Amino acid sequence: MAAQTVAPPPLSSDRPSAKPARKPPRGGLKRANPGVYAVAVLLILMMLAPVAYIIIGGFRTNAEITQDPSGLPSPWQVGNYVDILKGDVFWRQVWNSTIAAVTTTVGVVALGLMVSFAIARYNFRGKAALYSLYAAGLMFPMTVAITPLYIMVRSLGLMNEIGGVILPQIAFGLPMTVIILVPFLRAIPNELQEAAAIDGCSRLGFFWRMVLPLSLPGVITVGILAFIGSWNSYLLPLFILNDDAAYTLPLGVQAFASRYSVDTARVLAFTSLAMLPALAFFSLFERRIVGGLTGAVKG
Amino acid sequence: MTSISESSRPAKGSRVDLTAGGGDNASPPPRRRRRGLGWAERLEIAALTGPATLVFLTFVIFPVAMAAYYGFYKWSGYGAPTDFIGFQNYITILKDPLFHDALKHNAFIVVMSLVLQGPVAIGLALLLNRKMRGQSLIRVLIFVPYVIAEVVVGTGWGLMLQSRGAVNDLLTKMGLDQFVTEWLSDPDIAIWTLMGIITWKYVGFAVIIFLAGLQGIPDELYEAASIDGASYWQVQRRITLPLLGPTTRIWAFLSMIGSLQLFDLVYIIWGQYIASTAGTSTMATYMVSYGRNAGSFGYGNAVAVVIFLISMIAALFYQRFVLRRDTEGAITGGAR
Repeated sequence: MAAQTVAPPPLSSDRPSAKPARKPPRGGLKRANPGVYAVAVLLILMMLAPVAYIIIGGFRTNAEITQDPSGLPSPWQVGNYVDILKGDVFWRQVWNSTIAAVTTTVGVVALGLMVSFAIARYNFRGKAALYSLYAAGLMFPMTVAITPLYIMVRSLGLMNEIGGVILPQIAFGLPMTVIILVPFLRAIPNELQEAAAIDGCSRLGFFWRMVLPLSLPGVITVGILAFIGSWNSYLLPLFILNDDAAYTLPLGVQAFASRYSVDTARVLAFTSLAMLPALAFFSLFERRIVGGLTGAVKG
Repeated sequence: MTSISESSRPAKGSRVDLTAGGGDNASPPPRRRRRGLGWAERLEIAALTGPATLVFLTFVIFPVAMAAYYGFYKWSGYGAPTDFIGFQNYITILKDPLFHDALKHNAFIVVMSLVLQGPVAIGLALLLNRKMRGQSLIRVLIFVPYVIAEVVVGTGWGLMLQSRGAVNDLLTKMGLDQFVTEWLSDPDIAIWTLMGIITWKYVGFAVIIFLAGLQGIPDELYEAASIDGASYWQVQRRITLPLLGPTTRIWAFLSMIGSLQLFDLVYIIWGQYIASTAGTSTMATYMVSYGRNAGSFGYGNAVAVVIFLISMIAALFYQRFVLRRDTEGAITGGAR
């Protein structure tokens, strides 16, 4: 369910300028009535209630939670949050997660863009085979490869190193990236390349000056998918990172939850702090993510 | 989604012999002169494709191949595997009732994910696909559970669903005592609890996909239908649902593969031991419990191969019989 198999829209349909033509009222579209709003509100409440429970629970005390598990804090205690924010465990895990996510994103985007550019705009023997190889990679989820991957990372001496998480994540992020980016890069008209060539622009210069800016929407979508995937990833760090100094946030949440299993309020506070960066990142880029997926599946 | 198959054509506007096993140099854009590649161009191609392909082969293809090799050994994971035991691991797996349970749970999750999420998501997408205030806000908010890490979601739900947790407490407060139950440990209930959490977490993704699909349906059809005096429900049944077909089939494929690989949520909420007694173990949690955690790496690899084969067969069947008319080999066939 989690996989995001998406392909970009043709560039033309992605442009806002195409929108005005679609303006006339859609016959199939009804105006929303109060009933629809009621359902929407109910839906959102159901979606957000568990999230709210985690955040609000962090403001309570254990006695309160045992007494009245579904109540509101009275009074609101910030102690749990303050304690966690003062300690260095949380920040170390935020740092590890950030390093892993940023490096994975940069790696996936850089390597993916390069190989996609070659597949999209060069003609060479084995090009189709190369594309097939990456497309087939979609069929190899990390679950299947995790055990040998672990053995390999261990023999490379990367156990408990964040690099041991980053390299496989880049590799497993590449298929989706190539599948999304190749059509984007293909959609750039040949005329542009020829015009650039006439103006004395080399093929690689064309890559930097024209391709990169033009395929930016695709690049951003791919980057966001890679970032969130890395930020939330659990199975791979679980195998590779055994030393709690190297823990990323998901591992940290789990370790914290089992270490302080009787201290529910603290666990809730830690858990909500752990989801905050992802939520912040999401709210910064929500339009890109939802819009990217929306545009992507249009076909 | 059609753009995947679009992309598998080697070059725009060029005809390709589909049976030739790929468009290797067979179809340069018509305007480019046919000539051997210069050394500079070769160097560029090598520099562009080399790093990605090296990383990909090393960390994806090679481990998958090694899983098949290790699967034939009894091996604790240290030193080179020497204790070759042929198909013994596979025989053990296929005979193990615990694996049968896990497989059954996976099958249940696959089917129930489709049955629960599909109609709900299509219904919600139809409902939300109207002119209304706050539409983009609604879309973003229903997507929130999908963005939060499985670990966070699992920890939160695990605490809420304890016997003296928030859910049971809320039920008592609302006077619904008869529904108070052991959500996580009762083997009759636990898998339904899991389905509830899965639906909660992933239905937003499905809704977004379906909303996108709805936007791809041309307005002219709706206009024509309204001129012909079709009612709202007639329009949905005769136009919207059939035209959502490709979207539905792609979503179902993703859902199916995801369900077969399910690991994080179960492992976080139930842990490796409770999962099998509560009836929520999956093939992936079985693999981790009896492979790595038991120190039997040969066995774990054999389980991985079995999971891979099952997913692969499911995917190929699905593609052969369901997806075929949409994508024509796009997902597994690549650039063929």
